[in-house]
Amino acid sequence: MTRPGRPGPPGAREIAIVAFAQTRHRRATPELSEPEMLLPVLREALDQAGLRPGEAGFTCSGSSDYLAGRPFSFTMALDTVGAWPPVAESHVEMDGAWALYEAWVKLLTGEADTALVYAHGTSSSGELRDVLTRQLDPYCTAPLWPDPVALAALQAQALIDAGETDEAALARIAVRSRAAAATNPYAQLRGPVPAGDYVVRPLRTGDCPPVGDGAAAVVLAAGDDARRRCARPAWIRGMDHRAEPHALGVRDLTDSVSTRLAAERAGAFDAPADTAELHAPFTSQEVVLRKALRLADGVAVNPSGGPLAANPVMAAGLIRLGEAAARIHRGESGRALAHATSGPCLQQNLVAVLEGPEREERP
Amino acid sequence: MPDVLTAPLVVEFPFTRSLGPVLSAFLTGLRERVVLGIRTRDGRVLVPPAEYDPVTGEDLHALVRTAATGTVTTWAWNPAPRRGQPLATPFAWVLVRLDGADTALLHALDAPGPEAVRTGLRVRVRWAARRTGAITDIACFEPCPPGTDAPAGPAVPHDGVFPDPVTILTTPARLDYTYTPGRALGRHLAALADRRITGERCPSCHKVYVPPRGACPTCAVATGEQVEVGPRGTVTTFCVVNIKARNLTIDVPYVYAHIALDGAGLALHGRIAGIPCDQVRMGLRVEPVWTGDARHPDHYRPTGEPDAAYDTYKELL
Repeated sequence: MTRPGRPGPPGAREIAIVAFAQTRHRRATPELSEPEMLLPVLREALDQAGLRPGEAGFTCSGSSDYLAGRPFSFTMALDTVGAWPPVAESHVEMDGAWALYEAWVKLLTGEADTALVYAHGTSSSGELRDVLTRQLDPYCTAPLWPDPVALAALQAQALIDAGETDEAALARIAVRSRAAAATNPYAQLRGPVPAGDYVVRPLRTGDCPPVGDGAAAVVLAAGDDARRRCARPAWIRGMDHRAEPHALGVRDLTDSVSTRLAAERAGAFDAPADTAELHAPFTSQEVVLRKALRLADGVAVNPSGGPLAANPVMAAGLIRLGEAAARIHRGESGRALAHATSGPCLQQNLVAVLEGPEREERP
Repeated sequence: MPDVLTAPLVVEFPFTRSLGPVLSAFLTGLRERVVLGIRTRDGRVLVPPAEYDPVTGEDLHALVRTAATGTVTTWAWNPAPRRGQPLATPFAWVLVRLDGADTALLHALDAPGPEAVRTGLRVRVRWAARRTGAITDIACFEPCPPGTDAPAGPAVPHDGVFPDPVTILTTPARLDYTYTPGRALGRHLAALADRRITGERCPSCHKVYVPPRGACPTCAVATGEQVEVGPRGTVTTFCVVNIKARNLTIDVPYVYAHIALDGAGLALHGRIAGIPCDQVRMGLRVEPVWTGDARHPDHYRPTGEPDAAYDTYKELL
């Protein structure tokens, strides 16, 4: 039932994240195929939710064939979900956060009561900095092969020029993130990492995310079904995603208009959050996101360590939603923001607002 | 567990794209050492030109010519250039707002070191010696020599018409990967090296997958139990190939078949030889023929056994 003042369409069903699992992210996983990496993660998430393989009403995944250079690799991954006889299933060539968005919409329509969402990426199979140039405008940008560190460094310098940060402040973000990850057994970098040399100045190795392989899975459920499957469901109060022009020179790189707009439409500004899981692979991008999301000093930002501690491409955004939900499941958060990004310099952004059961209004 | 097998995997392709009127004019202009932008209804000049206003979505048509000089709006020093990037020696990535433009263009700046670069630096285009109608016709930017750094005037209208316009852009792309097969396929490939064909059995439904992919797609559980299958098997279905595949040394026509190896829960595919094409049939019993050091059977040939009854393989079609 809809409640006054709540975001979302009138009469919208209540949908919650009821389970989350992820791999222990590593630099490389040469001994595993993609289905072999996914299988235990899916099983763990389904077990948490009390679902059998193939039982979810909808299945949606996010991955990119470019990462491992294997065309249609997502169809192989379907071996892991019990997809035969056929199940209702979809895939996005995007971070799994966008697969979660599609699954959320599917549940909102009432066509399914539960959904399995998963994502995986094996960046170790190729040269990630080269691979990600292929997502850029193919006419005027991709022929120059500008890699994601270079583009993030242009954004970082713009922030420094604007007086919004400096290299010391960026280093503190890196240190805080890896320190937070010390208690996260799934993180790839746990504990102090030297600031290191410039990769592309002004960004140093410490400002950049680790390159690695990993997978994650989330289960969504609606209404009382969610309450049965999880003691403290993480209710999705709103979710929206917005994109900006592909041409970098058209954008103000010191701001994220799309994040702010998505946050507004998701209801992020209706009440203060205690936690924010931000998909900021580079330290400088956290500066942009904090401003766009108007985060107060007391908000716990990336208590998991965030993407600076583990950044399995295509799964790292879904992991932000999963980590935020898990904080609510564990009673460590009452209201959390989760953010996912895609494209160079935070081009496209998704914001979700999650709340624990204590925020449910009693009739 | 045997050592992890790896193999180089190169994905390489020339993407061919039609340009449309706006990008055709822009890239042809670069070939002619002319930089074109496009003016939006509210008067902003976009370089590179966009076909649609990124704010309003309106169609844009008003091409303008800007200067080949401009100002750095942000920069990043790249100490280790990568393959395909504009310069092979350390350089600065820059966003440059050309004189007469309101947006910035991404490119490289040739400078002796990061000390020589700053936001606000005046720069000019260094044209490539050989120009084809591509963004790389701008070889890079270079700092304006002292005394030549006065900003140029506003953009002026341009009809975008050039002789022999570029209408197609072909951009080569190459990505290098290392392929690894994973546990189940790795075990299968290791056995093949000993000329044994193995599958893996699902612990739940007991189906034997050949080649194994690590999971049963019906039960969604990991397979683990190794099962040696074949070497003999039954042709479940086949086709006659009459078109020669590129780079393939096999003469046409030949028969390509689905073969259910004895003990396997599904058919794999292989070439049939040692029998005229028009005598291959469903139910034909075949065995693998190994040649040289190949990890896979070169082809399958008839065993001479009586044909298998349809009921023995009808579930494997």
